[in-house]
Amino acid sequence: MRRSVAALLRKDLRVELRTLAVLPGMVLFSISIFVLMHFALNRSSVEGDLAAGILWVALLFAALLGANRLFVADADQGGFDGFLLAPVPRSALLVAKVTTMLAFLAAVEVVAVPAFALLLLAPPLWPGLGWLVLVLALGDVGVALIVTLVAALAVRTRARDLFGPLIALPLLLPIVIGGARASSPLLSFGHVSTPAARWLAMLTLYDLILGLIAFALFDFLLEE
Amino acid sequence: MSLTLERGQTLVVFGPNGAGKTTLLRVLATLLRPHRGTVEVLGSPLPADGWRVRGRLGLLGHEPMLYRDLTAHENLAYHARLHGVDEERVGELLAALALRERRAEPLRALSRGTVQRVAVARAVLHRPELLLLDEPYSNLDPAAAALVEPLIGRSARVTRVLCSHDIGAALGEADVVLGLRGGHVALLAPAGATSQREIAELFR
Amino acid sequence: MGSTPTVGKSARLQGVATIALMALSLALVFFYAPLEAEQGFLQKIFYVHVPLAIISLVAFVLAGLLAVQYLRTRDAVWDMRAWVMIDLALAFAVAALVCGSIWAKGSWGHWWVWNEPTLVSFLIVILFYAVYRPLRAAVEDRERQAAYASVYAIVGAVFVPLNFLAVRFSSAYLHPRVLGASSQLPGPMALTFLVCLAADALLFATMFRYEMSLRRLRAMVRALRRRREAARAAAALTEQRRSAA
Repeated sequence: MRRSVAALLRKDLRVELRTLAVLPGMVLFSISIFVLMHFALNRSSVEGDLAAGILWVALLFAALLGANRLFVADADQGGFDGFLLAPVPRSALLVAKVTTMLAFLAAVEVVAVPAFALLLLAPPLWPGLGWLVLVLALGDVGVALIVTLVAALAVRTRARDLFGPLIALPLLLPIVIGGARASSPLLSFGHVSTPAARWLAMLTLYDLILGLIAFALFDFLLEE
Repeated sequence: MSLTLERGQTLVVFGPNGAGKTTLLRVLATLLRPHRGTVEVLGSPLPADGWRVRGRLGLLGHEPMLYRDLTAHENLAYHARLHGVDEERVGELLAALALRERRAEPLRALSRGTVQRVAVARAVLHRPELLLLDEPYSNLDPAAAALVEPLIGRSARVTRVLCSHDIGAALGEADVVLGLRGGHVALLAPAGATSQREIAELFR
Repeated sequence: MGSTPTVGKSARLQGVATIALMALSLALVFFYAPLEAEQGFLQKIFYVHVPLAIISLVAFVLAGLLAVQYLRTRDAVWDMRAWVMIDLALAFAVAALVCGSIWAKGSWGHWWVWNEPTLVSFLIVILFYAVYRPLRAAVEDRERQAAYASVYAIVGAVFVPLNFLAVRFSSAYLHPRVLGASSQLPGPMALTFLVCLAADALLFATMFRYEMSLRRLRAMVRALRRRREAARAAAALTEQRRSAA
């Protein structure tokens, strides 16, 4: 299992490095959203709930954008069949793709979060950064799971680019709720409090349940 | 249909487009579920025990099942890792198919015939016991076909199911002939018992 | 495809029972249940809104179970049952949402309020399941369509309760829990509520039964047509061969 996940990861990352089809787009898109928000909301600096909202929305949209491309190479170039014929567990593909998505999201955040602090965030980022990273990590796991599962579903339908976001957004709502509510105090002025434990617990629980159903259902999406 | 293919034999499937040849191959490859009847491949009934035989089959379909942005070497190395095959085998096949000079070029830069050769390498990489070949010689010039023959041809001495449009050549390789038309069996006979003309009727 | 779907005696009996029970429930709502102190007549919409809501939610979860059964047996009937269940559940959910909105307008003066978690959760659930039909339409291969739809239904069945919890969690102002309130309802109100719940459940079941019959009959007709086509094609083929020989 580990061997096959490693093989899949190597292949995916190699394709991405060679074509750069996904990652730069995701990064640019998130920054564009910050600029968009400045004009749309007519604000030069934000904090608290508003800041948390903008950050999470930008990350989510970047994730949806990346997800659209996640399985495209495999679907269009016959890669699914090649994988299905190998004597490896089907869930290795799920693990590999979720990991790829997580890596992409982390890469996006490394650029987008400082960019956000620079462009729009009023309070200093530094004090709450540690907790913010944790909240982002928990949220990212859920986002990656949802977006991967949905992408696998959408990629072999007509209008695949449309279905992905449509199906994913309701599923992503609990993550937005938990993530934004938890991030809000970290992006506010004053003494930075720790995020309420209830939101972290909610994110963790949701992630676990998502992981379980993704694992259970993924095989059925690959068969013909 | 009811058909048994012995080890080492070659089954050739003829039929016009849309007759179901590709479907048959995909069912045997465990990629499609059969609706009715029983299928046993290498002793394991499908779809229940399909997972047992997956690593022992080699499928060469219409699609090369390769990533166009990766090189021949990278594609084969990836498949080798998935199947648990040594990297040396990759080098071995690249040499056997005269691909060594072009092994570091992305596949999108190669001609269809060259890509087909890489696809053949992919299909036989893990030394499968059963080869499922969907018009393998398409896009291959005679020189390339000669290179490919020892791996997937009669001299490979592997059990094969071969779909072909080239009646004359394929008939020479067959032990059993299956003719499909519109999803039904139109002809099923040992190779000696049928003729090229009878098969050509199918295509009318 | 199993036993012949019928709209026979027992189905008609069920239909009559449904109408009777619905009539009874309406009678109870209008003539028996007492007027509530705070909200007056408007409160009666509770008897319509809440049962619809409960039934649609239960139906969504049930559809997930039906989908599991399909994936286990690969018998298309289960997939059809899941489909019908989701279609009906969606209809009931929209009805519940509309009722809830009317209630909100009456109680708080707005057609939409964000601080009523049930209303918000329903909106999200409806958005999710509204994609079910288009998704099915976008996959042509019948088996893959059924497999994808089943995965969707199962994800939805897990998502629905989680979504409710999440929205409730996030709601800043927790309104008096309507669903929990049924345990505190005085006798006549509780009775009315339960009768309405039973009536709506029966209505759902009857609609389900009729819709299933209709779809199965259609599927049978299609299968028969296909067989006729195949027979004609085979006959034409033999005729052609005979004339050529």
